[in-house]
Amino acid sequence: MSEIFQSQDTLLPFIFAALMGVSILIYVVLDGFDLGIGVLFPFADDEERDRMIASIGPFWDANETWLVLAIGLLLVAFPVAHGVILSALYLPVAIMLIGLILRGVAFEFRVKAPAPWKRSWNGAFFAGSLMTALSQGWMLGLYIMGLGHTPFTMGFAVVTAVFLTVAYSFIGACWVILKTDGALQAKAVGWAKGGIWGVILGMGAVSAASPLVSTRIFDKWFTMPEVFVLALLPAAAALLIVGLWLSLRRLPRSDDKGSAWPFFLAVGVFVLGFGGMAYSFYPYVVPDRLTIYEAASAPESLLIMLVGVCVVLPLIAGYTVLSYTVFRGKATELSYY
Amino acid sequence: MDTLLLSRIQFGANISFHILFPTITIALGWALLFFKLRYNATGDFKWMEAYRFWVKVFALSFAMGVVSGITMSFQFGTNWPGFMETVGNIAGPLLAYEVLTAFFLEAVFLGIMLFGFSRVPGWLHTTATFLVAFGTTMSAFWILVLNSWMQTPVGYEMREGVAHATDWLAILFNPSMPYRLAHMLLASGLTVAFLIAGISAFRKLSGDRSPAVDATLRFGLWAGAILIPVQIVAGDMHGLNTLEHQPQKVAAMEANWETQSGVPLVLFAVPDQEARENRFELAVPNGASWILTHHADGVVPGLNDFVTEEGEVMHPPVAPVFYAFRIMVATGFAMLGLSWLGAFLSWRRGTGNLPKPLLFLMVPMAFSGWVATLAGWYTTEIGRQPWLVTGILTRDQAVADVPTPMVASTLVAYLVVYALLLFAYVAVLFYLARKASHGDDIEPELPSSEAAQVVVAE
Ligand code: HDD
Ligand code: HEM
Ligand code: HEM
Repeated sequence: MSEIFQSQDTLLPFIFAALMGVSILIYVVLDGFDLGIGVLFPFADDEERDRMIASIGPFWDANETWLVLAIGLLLVAFPVAHGVILSALYLPVAIMLIGLILRGVAFEFRVKAPAPWKRSWNGAFFAGSLMTALSQGWMLGLYIMGLGHTPFTMGFAVVTAVFLTVAYSFIGACWVILKTDGALQAKAVGWAKGGIWGVILGMGAVSAASPLVSTRIFDKWFTMPEVFVLALLPAAAALLIVGLWLSLRRLPRSDDKGSAWPFFLAVGVFVLGFGGMAYSFYPYVVPDRLTIYEAASAPESLLIMLVGVCVVLPLIAGYTVLSYTVFRGKATELSYY
Repeated sequence: MDTLLLSRIQFGANISFHILFPTITIALGWALLFFKLRYNATGDFKWMEAYRFWVKVFALSFAMGVVSGITMSFQFGTNWPGFMETVGNIAGPLLAYEVLTAFFLEAVFLGIMLFGFSRVPGWLHTTATFLVAFGTTMSAFWILVLNSWMQTPVGYEMREGVAHATDWLAILFNPSMPYRLAHMLLASGLTVAFLIAGISAFRKLSGDRSPAVDATLRFGLWAGAILIPVQIVAGDMHGLNTLEHQPQKVAAMEANWETQSGVPLVLFAVPDQEARENRFELAVPNGASWILTHHADGVVPGLNDFVTEEGEVMHPPVAPVFYAFRIMVATGFAMLGLSWLGAFLSWRRGTGNLPKPLLFLMVPMAFSGWVATLAGWYTTEIGRQPWLVTGILTRDQAVADVPTPMVASTLVAYLVVYALLLFAYVAVLFYLARKASHGDDIEPELPSSEAAQVVVAE
C-alpha cells in the first residue's frame, strides 16, 4: 500500500479511483432511495404517491448529479477504461438513460399535464425507475463477471438486476418511513420487511460469486492472516441487518421514535457492501484487464482537476447539507412555486 | 447505413434535443431573478404572479435539460471513445469543472428555488434563484470553452498521438471562445424573450386581462428588441473570427467555390458539390466581400482551396452549412422586425392595446429562438467537418466499433422518446397558459392531496 504514496504517477490515480468510488457510493445510496420510491409506486394509492414524490421532489436532481460526477470522473481520470466499459455496456446504458429520461420528466409532467394524463405519467415514473434500477443491476452483474457475455455471466446479471432493484426499493421504503407518518408509514414498514430478504440474498449472491469466478478475488479474501480482519466486514453487515430487522419490528410507533433508524442502518449496509466490492476489485478498473494505473490520464491533467475537487467538494457538501436541513421533517407540506 | 453515420445522427439528435432546454433555462433563470427583484422592490403582486407562472416553465425545461444532459455525458463513452482517448487530457478537466462548479450548484439550489418559498427567508429564496441562474450560465461557459477549443485548438502539444495541455489559460480563452459564448448567451436571451412574449400574447388572445400578462409581454418585447441588434453585431464579429480561423467553414456558409476578390453575397442558391458550382443563384454583387472584409473588392477564400492534390475533400458538406446559416440569419431579421414593431407599438399605444394581428404573429414566433439556435449550431458543427477537433482528430478516428444494429435500435428508441416528449412539452406549455388565462388557480399542484396541503406563506 505505502508504495502508492511515493510517486505522483500512482498517488493521483489512486486518489481519483477513491473519489470515483465515493461518488458511485453516494449516488447508489441517494438515487437508490428515490429510484426505489419509483419502483414502489404500484403498491401505493394516488394520495400516497403524491406524498412519496413530495419526500424526494427537492432532492432527486442533485442525487442524479452524483451519477454525472461519477461517470465524469471515470471519463476524465481513466479515459481508456471509460471507452472500454461503456462500449461493452452499450445497450444497458441506453436503457438506463431512457429510464432516467422518463422518470425525470415525469416528476414535472405528472403535476403539470392535464389531470387525465396524470395516471400515464405516474406509469412513466414507475417504468422509468424500474428500467433504471434493473439496467444498473444488470451492468453491475456483468462488471463483476468481467464484462463478458456468456450464458452464465448473463444469468448472473439477471440475478443482480433483480436484487439491486429490490435493494433500491428497500432503501426507498426506509426513506418513506423516515419522511412520512400515519398509514403510509405503516405501509412502508411492510414494504421494508418484505424487501430485507432480497437485500440479504443479493449480498449473499454477490459475495459468494465474486471469489468463485475470480481466483484473484478469492486469494485476496482467503489468505491467512488477513482473513480474520476481513471477516469483520460480513460480520458487521450481518449485525446491521439484525439491527434493521429489530428496528423495523418496533415500527410504526405513535410517538415516531426510531423512524430514522431503518434508513441510516440501510445506508450502513450499502456502505459495507460497496466497501467489500471495492476491496475485491482494487486495483482494477476493468476487472482483470486494466488497472487504474494503466488507465489513468496524464498527471498534469489529474492535478488540475484535483485542485478543483479540493476547493469545490466541501462547498458542494455544504450546500447539500443546507438543502437537507431546509427540507427536514415529515414530507407533508410542500408548496410549489 | 454504417455505425459512423448512425452515431453521427444519434449524437446530432441527442445534442439538438438537449440544447433546446438549456437555451431556455440559461436566460429564463435571469428573467425569474428579474421578476423576483421587481416584486421585492415594488411589492406589486403582478411580478409575483409572473414569477409563479414562469417558474413552472423553468422547472419543466430544467428537468428536460437535465435528463437529456445525462444522456450527453454518456454519449462520449458509448459512441466516441476515440475522442476522450485523444483529447481527454483537455476535454476531461473542462467537463469535470462543469460538473463541479455548475451542475451541483444548479441542482441543489433548484430544490430551494422551487419548493423553498415558504420554508426559507425571502433573501435566501432570492439568493437561490440567483445561484441557479448563475449556475446555468457557468455550465454554458464551460461547455462552450470545450466546444470552442474543438473548433480552434491552442495551448496543447501532441505526444504519441495524445493531446497534452501546455497552457490552460490559452485553452480557456481560445480564439473563438469569447465570440461563441457571447453569441450563445445572447441566443438564449432572445429565445426566452420571444418565448415569454409569444406565450403572453397567447394568454392575451385567450382573454387574459391580468396586469401580470401585460408585464411579461412588455418584458419579452423589450428584451427582444434590445438584444437582437446586439446579436446581429455579435454574429457578424463571430463570422469574422471564423474567417480567420476556419476559412473553409465561411466558404461553405457563403457557398463560394473560388478564392477571389469582389465576391457576391449569395441570397439563394442550390449548391452542387459534385459539379462544384451553385445553381439557381440569386446574389448581391460584391456583398460577401463587403461583409467579410469590409471592402467591395476584398478577397474571400473559396472551397476549391480545400481539396487535396489527390482529390480528397477537406471542407465541410456545403449545402447543409449554407442552408442552415441562411435560416439562422433570416430568423434573426424576422426577430428584428417583429420586436421593434412590437416595442414601438407598446410604447405608443400601451401594451394592453397591441393590435390583434401582431399578437397572432407573436405566438408562432415563441419558438423562433429554437429555430435560429439549432440552425446556428448546425452551421457551426457541420461546418467543422470532417474534423472533430480541428487539425487533430477526424470523426472517423473517434467512432466506437459498436455493432450497427445496436446503434440503429438505440437511435430509434431515442427519436421516439424525444418526439413524444417534445410534443408533451409544447402541449403542456399551452395548457398551463390557457389555464392561467382563464384565471384558474394554477396552485396547488404539488402535492395535490389533503394530507399534503399546500401552505402559502406571505
Ligand atoms: C437566437 C439565436 C440566433 C440568432 C438570431 C443568430 N444566431 Fe448566429 N448562431 C446562434 C444563434 C443565433 C447559435 C446557435 O448560438 C450559434 C451556434 C454556435 C454559436 O456560438 O452560436 C450561432 C452561430 C453563428 C455563426 C457560426 C460561427 C462558427 O461556428 O464559427 C455565425 C457566423 C453566426 N452565428 C452569425 C450570425 C449572424 C450574422 C446573425 C444575424 C442575424 C445571427 N448569427 C443570428
Ligand atoms: C457545446 C458543446 C458541444 C460539443 C462538445 C459537441 C461535440 C460534438 C461531437 C463529439 C460530435 C460528433 C462527431 C462528429 O460527427 O463530428 C458533434 C457533432 C455534431 N454536433 Fe456537436 N457538440 C456541441 C454542441 C452542439 C450543439 C448545441 C448542436 C446542435 C444543436 C450540435 C450539433 C451537432 C451535429 C448536428 C453534429 C453532427 C455533425 C455531422 O456529423 O455532420 N452540437 N458535436
Ligand atoms: C452548447 C451546448 C450546451 C450548452 C449551452 C449546455 C448547457 C447546459 C445547461 C445550462 C444545463 C443545466 C440546465 C438545464 O438542465 O436545463 C445543462 C445540463 C446538462 N448538460 Fe449541457 N450544454 C450543452 C451541451 C452539452 C454537452 C455536449 C454535454 C455532454 C457532456 C452536456 C451535458 C450536460 C449534463 C450532464 C447536464 C445535466 C446536469 C445536471 O444534472 O444538472 N451538455 N447543459
